[in-house]
Amino acid sequence: MAFTSMMGARVTRREDPRLITGRSTYVDDVKLVGTTYAAFVRSPFAHAKITRIDVSAAKASPGVLAAFTADDMRNVGDVPTAPQIEGLKVPKHPPLARGRVAYAGEPVVAVIAETPAAARDAADLVEVEYEELPAVVDLERAVAGAPYVHDEFGTNIAFTMEINGGDTESAFKNAAVTVSERLLNQRLAPVSIEPRGMVAHWEPGPQHLTLWSSTQIPHLLRTQMAVALGIPEHRVRSIAPEVGGGFGSKLDVYAEEIVAAFASRALDRPVKYVETRSESFMATVHGRDQIDLVEIAADRDGRISGLKVKILANLGAYHQLLTPAIPTLTALMVPGAYDIKNVAVTLHGLFTTEVPTDAYRGAGRPEATYLIERAIDLLAAKLGMDPAEVRRRNLIKKEQFPYASAVGLTYDTGDYHAAFEKALQLAGYDALRKEQEHGRSEGRLLGIGLSSYVEVCGMGPSSALPAPGWGSATVRMEPTGRVTVMTGASPHGQGEETTFAQMVSDRLGVPIDDVVVLHGDSAIVQYGIGTFGSRSTAVDGAALYRALDTVREKAMKIAAHQMEANVGDLEFKNGKIAVKGNPEKAMSIGEVAFAAFRGLNLPPDVEPGLEATRRFEPPNFVYPFGTHVCVVEIERATGAVKVLKYVAVDDCGNIINPMIVEGQIHGGIAQGLSQALYEEIVYDENGQLTNGSLLQYAVPHAGQLPMYELDRTVTPTDVNPMGIKGVGEAGTIGATPAVVNAVVDALAPFGIVNMDMPCKPERVWRVMSGHDGETNEKAAKS
Amino acid sequence: MIPASFDYLTADSVEQAIGLLKQHGDEAKLLAGGHSLLPMMKLRLARPNVLIDLRNVAGMRGIKTTARGLEIGALTTHAAVAQSTEVSAYAPLLAEAAAAVGDVQVRHCGTLGGSAAHADAAADEPAALLALEAQFEIAGASGVRTVAARDFFVDMFTTALGPNDVLTAVILPRAFPASAYAKLPHPASHYPVVGAACALAVSGGSIEGARIAITGVGSVPFRATHVEGLLAGIPVHDRKKMESLCAEAARGVEARSDAYAGAEYRVAMADVMAARAVLAAAERAR
Repeated sequence: MAFTSMMGARVTRREDPRLITGRSTYVDDVKLVGTTYAAFVRSPFAHAKITRIDVSAAKASPGVLAAFTADDMRNVGDVPTAPQIEGLKVPKHPPLARGRVAYAGEPVVAVIAETPAAARDAADLVEVEYEELPAVVDLERAVAGAPYVHDEFGTNIAFTMEINGGDTESAFKNAAVTVSERLLNQRLAPVSIEPRGMVAHWEPGPQHLTLWSSTQIPHLLRTQMAVALGIPEHRVRSIAPEVGGGFGSKLDVYAEEIVAAFASRALDRPVKYVETRSESFMATVHGRDQIDLVEIAADRDGRISGLKVKILANLGAYHQLLTPAIPTLTALMVPGAYDIKNVAVTLHGLFTTEVPTDAYRGAGRPEATYLIERAIDLLAAKLGMDPAEVRRRNLIKKEQFPYASAVGLTYDTGDYHAAFEKALQLAGYDALRKEQEHGRSEGRLLGIGLSSYVEVCGMGPSSALPAPGWGSATVRMEPTGRVTVMTGASPHGQGEETTFAQMVSDRLGVPIDDVVVLHGDSAIVQYGIGTFGSRSTAVDGAALYRALDTVREKAMKIAAHQMEANVGDLEFKNGKIAVKGNPEKAMSIGEVAFAAFRGLNLPPDVEPGLEATRRFEPPNFVYPFGTHVCVVEIERATGAVKVLKYVAVDDCGNIINPMIVEGQIHGGIAQGLSQALYEEIVYDENGQLTNGSLLQYAVPHAGQLPMYELDRTVTPTDVNPMGIKGVGEAGTIGATPAVVNAVVDALAPFGIVNMDMPCKPERVWRVMSGHDGETNEKAAKS
Repeated sequence: MIPASFDYLTADSVEQAIGLLKQHGDEAKLLAGGHSLLPMMKLRLARPNVLIDLRNVAGMRGIKTTARGLEIGALTTHAAVAQSTEVSAYAPLLAEAAAAVGDVQVRHCGTLGGSAAHADAAADEPAALLALEAQFEIAGASGVRTVAARDFFVDMFTTALGPNDVLTAVILPRAFPASAYAKLPHPASHYPVVGAACALAVSGGSIEGARIAITGVGSVPFRATHVEGLLAGIPVHDRKKMESLCAEAARGVEARSDAYAGAEYRVAMADVMAARAVLAAAERAR
């Protein structure tokens, strides 16, 4: 990698001043003349037949333009889903419920009015009669049989996936010890600070639809909207303005987007809809929600010979864009960072009468990491070994890379032991264990938790994905020497306006202020796949790297011609193309750009202009890794868990901007830790969401999070020309098991080996008070 | 988050507010800081047709010492109570409870009177006012009366306030420099899962009388009279003794239960929080 000064520089994020001062445009800031507003009537029941809908009173309400039901939208396609999984059952998913509802919050009627208040008031006047059907909320009952969410399938199992690597049965038969556990990975709400929003604007003159949406995937959304609505794709423009977070929940195409576009075309008026926080909880996709049965076989020295995992994944009522694909990532990552030759996985994707699950920061990998990291600690407890030593003995060794995992993935590069030992050293692991021992003698409940994760990201190649796996970039030198970049990524907080400008500055030798990075508008930017799966820098960044190479090559040709030199005699240095050994004879990239624009004295085979669009499809995923160490203290009286120390050593390959990498890890750990301690979506037995508000659903305040001590190792990947892996999700993936392992470790004096998340005070208190919880005794029987 | 439509009226005086209440009857709600009422309206759980904003009513804001004790206007914000040196000296318990409400923005809009009149089962300040044996000054159609804290909080969201009543001030008749508040906050709302307020009267280094109020456990804050009785006469330096006596603080109370915390846990935490509040209050007496 031939990077210089800008690479690795702690450049402050250029996008932040406008974002934190509110001087920017989010969807709700888009104000078009004649805008109308949508309000949705949503199902109050988890599962019901719709026997009657009467919209007459709503239509007669002041300011109301229309009230649409499924009957009005017969010619509109379903909410799309992408995964191609063998045998996958795909239920009908009309944008407005047709004849039945399958989760509480499902949109049934859309009311369009002159003001948001008029729309909301009229929605209250819509009469819908339901005939209730049984809710399906328990995964273990759902997999066993009726009642069914979708009767037409005669099962709640949407798909089953089996992976067998090696000979797991023999491994277990010959094992000196085995441990097993049932692990819950609770449902979470993504809770981005900006909820979903959209403005659909159909222009009858040009027969053209513009859709502003708070989305992570503007181009894919455009294609899907064109298909669903039957509008030719070239007459659809999709714009992602500023997007206030997504965490995967906006990697989707939603019913409301299709309805808003349909309504705009029906009424010839712009239609805006911004969901409320309550609606966000009940109708935006959720994440996680698995029951994982894990079994490990090992010898007496703690060397793992076999792993069996049964995954029950809650898909919810319908398939959103990637719903069924998410738990398949769990299945593929169950061996984690460990050299386990014999692995058997059975995955059941299950329908329930709950809002669909889909990508949420980590998307399938946090569940895999959680189950293997918890299992390692269970094994250590069973053997009476230090969990650090069990990890040390099983981590994949540096010389084994590229490493073919038993489930069929090829991990690109890694030095897991290096990150692991560095984390232990930074945390002062041995001293912590001594402190813990001493503390216990004084009645203190200290716990130390480890998590050594590896994750799969940088989503490509295309053959491995339900969506295209390439990235795109355009670099355009303007006549004045400024640089416009158009990226196919759709950053919404990740900082590529800064990191990509650093790359341009480095490769073309222009000041960073001379670079602008545009994204998120299908009319401006070449097709892009968007931002998700920690892919933007590793994939779209690599496309940008290529485009910069192409621009450099053309610039060299033009400069050589203009300076009457051979290309081979030139060097590109400090923003100048100069004749080697004669720095006086030189052109700046800006001068070359102007010459290319002016079109005078160009080489005969060179077209005017200095611009390149390139795409990059990686040959493999990238696999970031690291080790996290968490230290907690539990308050005996209340069960409250306090995080005393949090150390993370992560390896995401080469780094463009350490400050942005650290920011991503901070945010990632916060969300992972929050799953361990605070967050859970709770549906009751009737499928009613019981805690769908920020009064009840605990998104932590800064004061509820610890300080983080970060360090890194750098193991470049060979999958892209920059050696960069992804970092957007790593913190989330690593953090959850580190925290829970620490809590369980703190509770070891009570004979505890497992604890369900979130480790909230009451749950911890009950375990200490002997009210419930699983003990060594139970684990020993298994 | 759009409330149902309503008329917005402002009152410039208590008399005018009472007049408007009489005129609009059940349809009307008084608006103070709006931090409990407006969210309920936005969720359409409350649908008053008329809101009577009290913000311009003179004399309902501020803290002053009078012959009756420390008087706090009902419209005084949580932040003003929390930051008041008078409150901190006179009854540090109340300043602590006010400082424990919500977050910075909430504390600068929400009011002491609003919190009391709303009577959420898990609010911080009502417990403090109950332990401090506050008097509630209520202006109604037939004049002004005062109601003792033990009679003011009737049930969840229900107080001694009648339909045409305005809570104008809270009076703390007696100083309790040895008082403190302890709470176990809900991780999302930061309301107390369980909170305990303790005000101690101390004489000659021993507890003369303890007043302990618990919030978050029952439908209404209540006095832990059984523990109060046991604490009488205990030296304030005997921490072990005081702690051990804070058992069964919620005796006889039907405890609430929700998805976050069950009844059994709340009952157990009542003892823990009561002990913390008592010890912190006793510390102030030494």
